[in-house]
Amino acid sequence: MTNDLYYRERILEHWQNPQNFGVISDADLVIDQVNPLCGDEVTFYFKINSGKIKDVAFSGSGCAISIASASILSENIRNKKVSTLCRITGEDVLKLLGGPVAPARLKCAFLALEVIRRINGNS
Amino acid sequence: MKVIKADFPILDKKVNGRNLVYLDSAATSQKPKQVIDAISDYYRNNNANVHRGIHTLSVEATEAYEGARKKVAGFVGVKDSSEIVFVRNATEAINLVAYSWGRLNIEKGDEVVVTVAEHHSNFVPWQQLAIENGATLKIVPIDSDGELDIEAFEKAISSKTKLVAFFHVSNVLGTINDVKRLSTIVNRKSKARILIDGAQAVPHMPVDISKIGCDFYVFTGHKMLGPTGIGVLWTRRELLSQMPPFLFGGEMISKVQLAKSTWNELPWKFEAGTPDIAGAVGLGAAVDYLSKIGMENVRKHEIELVEYAVKRLSKIKDVQIIGSLDPKKRGGVVAFNVDDIHAHDVASILDSEGIAIRSGHHCAQPLMEYLGIKSAARASFYIYNDKSDVDKLVEGIEKVRKVFKR
Repeated sequence: MTNDLYYRERILEHWQNPQNFGVISDADLVIDQVNPLCGDEVTFYFKINSGKIKDVAFSGSGCAISIASASILSENIRNKKVSTLCRITGEDVLKLLGGPVAPARLKCAFLALEVIRRINGNS
Repeated sequence: MKVIKADFPILDKKVNGRNLVYLDSAATSQKPKQVIDAISDYYRNNNANVHRGIHTLSVEATEAYEGARKKVAGFVGVKDSSEIVFVRNATEAINLVAYSWGRLNIEKGDEVVVTVAEHHSNFVPWQQLAIENGATLKIVPIDSDGELDIEAFEKAISSKTKLVAFFHVSNVLGTINDVKRLSTIVNRKSKARILIDGAQAVPHMPVDISKIGCDFYVFTGHKMLGPTGIGVLWTRRELLSQMPPFLFGGEMISKVQLAKSTWNELPWKFEAGTPDIAGAVGLGAAVDYLSKIGMENVRKHEIELVEYAVKRLSKIKDVQIIGSLDPKKRGGVVAFNVDDIHAHDVASILDSEGIAIRSGHHCAQPLMEYLGIKSAARASFYIYNDKSDVDKLVEGIEKVRKVFKR
């Protein structure tokens, strides 16, 4: 598979119109994450109530893959129990992205997942 | 240049079904078969440890290793080859200076001057040393054309300045510093020592260290057709003699007693442990190869390629070139961005066409912040590239625009 096939419509759409992009000023939890590949930084904001993700937003900059992944994952975790988030795997993320990404770009695809894995430790 | 291409076996490789177009030589260069063969030949025929053995192989290995040192010295205009210390890479060379000379000479209240466009390797060691010893790190800006702000440079240097460290050729902007002029300014205004990062200069243009007027000059083998793992620190003899060893152990000692030790002569005082002998031999072969072509010719070839690349890239809609557009003012690197498309996405799509470029912050985050960009794509050229490689890059960028509907 060549790389241009990695840039599927689904990824490009979310890159163009990222969902939940912004800031939650009264967030219960804020997590910064740096992509070691490029130094790009995303910040996630969470509202957590009765052990559930009530609201989520993210801001920052990144490549199409990391932004699409953050957008899709933020949609996916809304209203989910915090205790169940640790079950999300890298494979799940790729499924949500609609297929594989180039091996060198897995760090970008999993940037938001890294944030989600840090929720339990922080909340 | 067709003949030169044939010397590089890797250039026959297919990447994603396409012929490899290698435009990432500023990260590391490819290796000609002459260098690969020299390393292989050394291991097949001469391998032994250096400087200690009495047996024939050890003598051969020592001759090969020390012969490489003489070749490297001659290549950069250094008459006394004992001023050439072999290290792992340019980063290690700078760290050696920072740990050995720096920690002895830089004290509270002193000033270290660097530029905003340094590679992290010539920035972080000084930043950390300043933090550790209570010195001040002064950072000289660049102008909108990517050139060093000479006025600010001059102003930054005072009697408090102990060290001035700057690049010869920028790995992002391609800017070529007039290192002789900068050194003259420093030497006129202060007694500060001067360190020049030549990692992007020595592979691409004639460099005569003896004519610059600096105190330390560093470069690395793998960017100049040599293998990874071998780099060079040049320092004036009187400084090297005063500097304490950086690493202790075998090879670097003269005599070891229970309570004290004395140090070997230069340059071995700074080469503790078994060195990268094969790496030095490979670097020696790379120097032979480049000398045969002639560094003037290498430079001329790259000016032509950069001129062509800048001309073609600047005609593509949405492409912004970073740094000067004058090919005579820049080395063989062209950094650019395509509209708001992230450099990693540009690089991934080019990779699908078999085109290798670098993307990201290029280990120059202070510069990226200064330029107000998060990342950049970078194409860099060497002797084995030609105009058809630039043409393929241009086609690849058109594909990037198409995928991202630009």
